[in-house]
Order: sequence, then structure tokens, then C-alpha cells
Amino acid sequence: MGGPEVEHLIGLLSKLPGMGPRSARRAALKMLQQPESRMLPLAAALREAAEAVKPCADCGNLDSQDPCTICADEHRDRSIICVVEGVGDLWALERARVHTGLYHVLGGTLSALSGIGPEDLNIPLLLSRIAEGEVAEVILALGATVDGAATAHWLTDQIRPTGVAITRVGQGVPMGGALDVLDDGTLAAALRTRRGA
Amino acid sequence: MLRLNRLTLTDFRSYAALTWRPAARISVLYGPNGTGKTNLLEALSLIVPGRGLRSARNADLPRLDGPGSWAVAARFQTQEGETIIGTGCEPGSDRRVFRLDGAAPRNQADIARIVAAVWLTPQMDRLFQEGLSGRRRFLDRLVWALEPGHAREMAAHDTAVGSRNRLLSEGRHDRAWLSGLEDSIARHAVAASAARLSLVTRLNAQIAAGAGAFPPGRIGLACPIAERLQVEPALKVEDWLRETLAANRPRDSAAGTCLLGAHRTDMRLTDVTTGTPAALASTGQQKALLIGVILAHAALIASARGFAPLLLLDEPAVHLDAERRRALWDVLIALPAQTVITGTDAETFLPLAGHAEALATGGGGLHPDGRFLRLQTDTTPVPAAL
Repeated sequence: MGGPEVEHLIGLLSKLPGMGPRSARRAALKMLQQPESRMLPLAAALREAAEAVKPCADCGNLDSQDPCTICADEHRDRSIICVVEGVGDLWALERARVHTGLYHVLGGTLSALSGIGPEDLNIPLLLSRIAEGEVAEVILALGATVDGAATAHWLTDQIRPTGVAITRVGQGVPMGGALDVLDDGTLAAALRTRRGA
Repeated sequence: MLRLNRLTLTDFRSYAALTWRPAARISVLYGPNGTGKTNLLEALSLIVPGRGLRSARNADLPRLDGPGSWAVAARFQTQEGETIIGTGCEPGSDRRVFRLDGAAPRNQADIARIVAAVWLTPQMDRLFQEGLSGRRRFLDRLVWALEPGHAREMAAHDTAVGSRNRLLSEGRHDRAWLSGLEDSIARHAVAASAARLSLVTRLNAQIAAGAGAFPPGRIGLACPIAERLQVEPALKVEDWLRETLAANRPRDSAAGTCLLGAHRTDMRLTDVTTGTPAALASTGQQKALLIGVILAHAALIASARGFAPLLLLDEPAVHLDAERRRALWDVLIALPAQTVITGTDAETFLPLAGHAEALATGGGGLHPDGRFLRLQTDTTPVPAAL
């Protein structure tokens, strides 16, 4: 339906996260019905973003300036680096406005089963940033999965000789959550990482 | 109380469409081989999260000449009222989904809270002759029915073991990476072993308390982690496991596999009265021991969760002598559990005629047998506690 151009467009759209063939078809139709107001501005925005946005050479964040807005911000605490798996995690932390220091995006986690080793991650840059001497604390904000835990363990081993403080994000009771519905592993983690009231 | 009021199957295994309303607490399905008795039991076993009593892959579940999608829906009477649980695959998808009263449940634990099922299959007749992985799966299913978090512990443990195996096989001796994975293995292995140990202790006590016509069995774990957990605190066992795994790297690398962990546990079952291990007992004796374990497990679930699980017994009478059969029927009549039993002929089950309905299978449907109950109400009094 609609010729090969439309099918090509739907094919590209359906590969985006959150989209399937059906939603891609709906989005394509919506745009095609109003090409001037919806489609051409989108095409222009796509081109603009694709040309302007690059990974930050310091932290790996995606931004149209390099160093990125966060790394360039003089009000941020340069003594704390929060290490995250991906840019999505960085954006989530920024949305919550809970971290005032800098970030470092690893670009994945160690995964023996997927063949991702330390050499595939943005680790040498992290170590050289720490070696510059301004950093006092590294926060490891990685997922509570086997691969996330292995990566945190590995990074701890690498960073420890530098003497900077290494912390990990807490695990436990979610905000607004009741205790009796938590699984045993989460409850145990919550108790293990309890703090003074 | 957990009662099945209605079961509907759509394009599932040999059934194009079937609606069954059990007429009694005990239902007997009988018929020649290949008429769909086990398929019906399997459908019921899939209502609880997991891969069911055949451990089937999703691709094997749709009817052969059907559209590829399939559905099983069961209406239960529970303590909190009536509830409908459905499971199946949508057309064109191989992902199995659940429905709870028409809506997608938040997670499978929502379903596991409402229903539970315990089963016995003819495949279990070879449990003690075949490899230890079958026995470990059997044991883990027993644990999982009471500790839903156990499945996640084991999955995380197995991922960590697989990752470590991969690193060792690739000759990638990254000390920090390996010790990170060994830390995960140690934590999850100790949690999983503690859950197994607790289940075994409770189950052994239940078997000993309820020993009747079935030979009292005693379950044991052949597992160095569980052995240490009985004499040392869990954190110390974790430390020991981490150190031992680190020391074992060359050995595991040469063996091509991880020789220590929760994946190496074996389960033993011994007849307490004679001291005979199940592996050396006769086929009938093994079956009787296993039935004792299954019934004790059902009782344990009933006391822990406040309702008796569905009891799905595929060919339970095979290999049992007349006395044991009679004893099994007596136990089933006395139990509060909704029970579905299969067999090849109706005559075996005639002693149950006053307490059970019987349905002949064949032609993709069920045909009531007039010699058994055909009432809509159950004549067996239900104990007040359940």
C-alpha cells in the first residue's frame, strides 16, 4: 500500500524502540497526511540532530556541543563522577536532578555471554579522568544484574589503587512501596544496606 | 479453598475447542493412549507460571492444524471469590501471556499467589535412574512452589556460572572480572541452597508426620554448599565459596565446566523403614515413595498458603500393587485438594465411584461415565480449616 517509499519509511520507523509494524504504519500515515506541517519539519530536525549531536569526548554523553553541557557547566561538582551504563541512565538521573557532579558513560556492561569485554567499554578514559587528580569519589550506578554486578566489581578493582572513594547506588525498598510485597533478595539487600535513622 | 469451576481450551494440543465443568472434587480421565488425557492435565499445569508438567516449549503447544495461537482459561472459586486465569499465545507471537480476570497481571507472582498445582507424571518413574539434572529440576520446582523468589536466584546463578565458563573457555583469565562473577555465583548459590535446605527440612517433617500407607521417604541433598550451611553462617559459606571458586579456576578451565555451585546439587530419596535408596528400590517402591513426597508437598503448600493446590496425577496407579492403590484412593478422598487423575481404563478407579466423576476421553471431547458421580455438588465434606 502506498508504494515502496511508504513501505521503506514504515520499515525504518518500526525498528525504533517502542514502535512495532502497526504503530509505525500509524505514524507514517499521520505524517503523510500533513507533509508540510509534520513531515518536513521532522525530516529537517532529524538531519540537524544527526549532524550536530556527537558523543562527548570526556564523558560519552550525547550532546550538540563537545565537551557536553554537563561537563562544560562550571557549577557542577567536578570531584564526583557517576558511572552509568548508557546515556539513557544519565538522562534518567538528570531528569531526577539528584546528581550535581559529572558523569561517565561506559557504553554497556561486561558480558561474557554477549562477548563484551573491558576493551569494548569506555574505561581507559574513565581511568585517565581519575588520574588527573581532581576526582574524590566515583559512584557506580549500574544495574542490579549479574553483568552489572560483575562490571561494578571489575571497576572497583581497577579504581581502588588510585585511592579515590568508590560507592555504589543503594538497593532496597522502592519509594511508596510496601515491605510485604518485596522479594527476598531485595529485602535482604535493603536490610544489608540499612543506615542510621 | 481452590476449586476449578470451568476449564476452556482453544486450539491447545489435540483440542480444537473444549469446555469442561468438573462435576466433583475428584475427576478421573480415562481412555486409550493418545486421546488427550495428559494434554488436559498439562493445560491445567500451565495455569500456574512455569513450563507445565511436560516442560514444553511454546512452539509445541498449539494444535497441529490450528491457526498457531492457543489459549487455556480456567475459572476458579477461591477464598476471595471467583477468578479467571488465562494463558496462551496470540496469533503470530511465540511469547506466552497471562490474563487475570481479563487484564494483564502486573507480574506472574500475582498469579502464583492465587493458584498452585502439584503433579506426578510417568516421566518421574525414571527420576532416580536418569541424570541429576532431572532430580534437581524436580527439587527446584518443589522449592519454587513455596518460595517464588527461588527461580530468580537460580536464573541469576546460572547466568553467572555460564559467564564464568565462557571466560575460562576463551582463555580470558581476567582476575577482576572472574572474581566479580564468582561473587555473584557465591551469593546466589548460598541463597538458593538455603531455600532448598529449608524446603527439605519442612518436607521431611511433613512426610514423617503424615506417614500412612506410603513408605516414609527421607529427602537428602548431596551438595557441599548445603552441608556447610548446616554448620556455618551463610556469610561464611559465601566467603568459602568465593575463595574455592577462585582457587578452582585452573581445574574448572580444564574440565570445561564449573564443578562447584548450586547447579551441581543432587537430590536423594531413601525409604526410612528399610534404609533403601530410591535408586535401588523396585519401580513400584519408587513410585510409592514419590507419591508420598508429592502428597506431603501438597499438604505443605496447604498449610503454608491456606489452600490446597490442584493435584494433577498422570497415571498414578501404574506400578502400584492393589493395596497401595487402595491406600492412594483413601488419601485422595480424605484430602481437600481438587484432583485430576488419568488412567487407561475406568475399572481401576471404580473404588472412587462414590467420590469422583469419570470422563472418557476421545474424539477431542470428554464423555461422562454413568457409574461415577455426575452431580454438580461435591459430596466430600471439606475440612473447615481449608
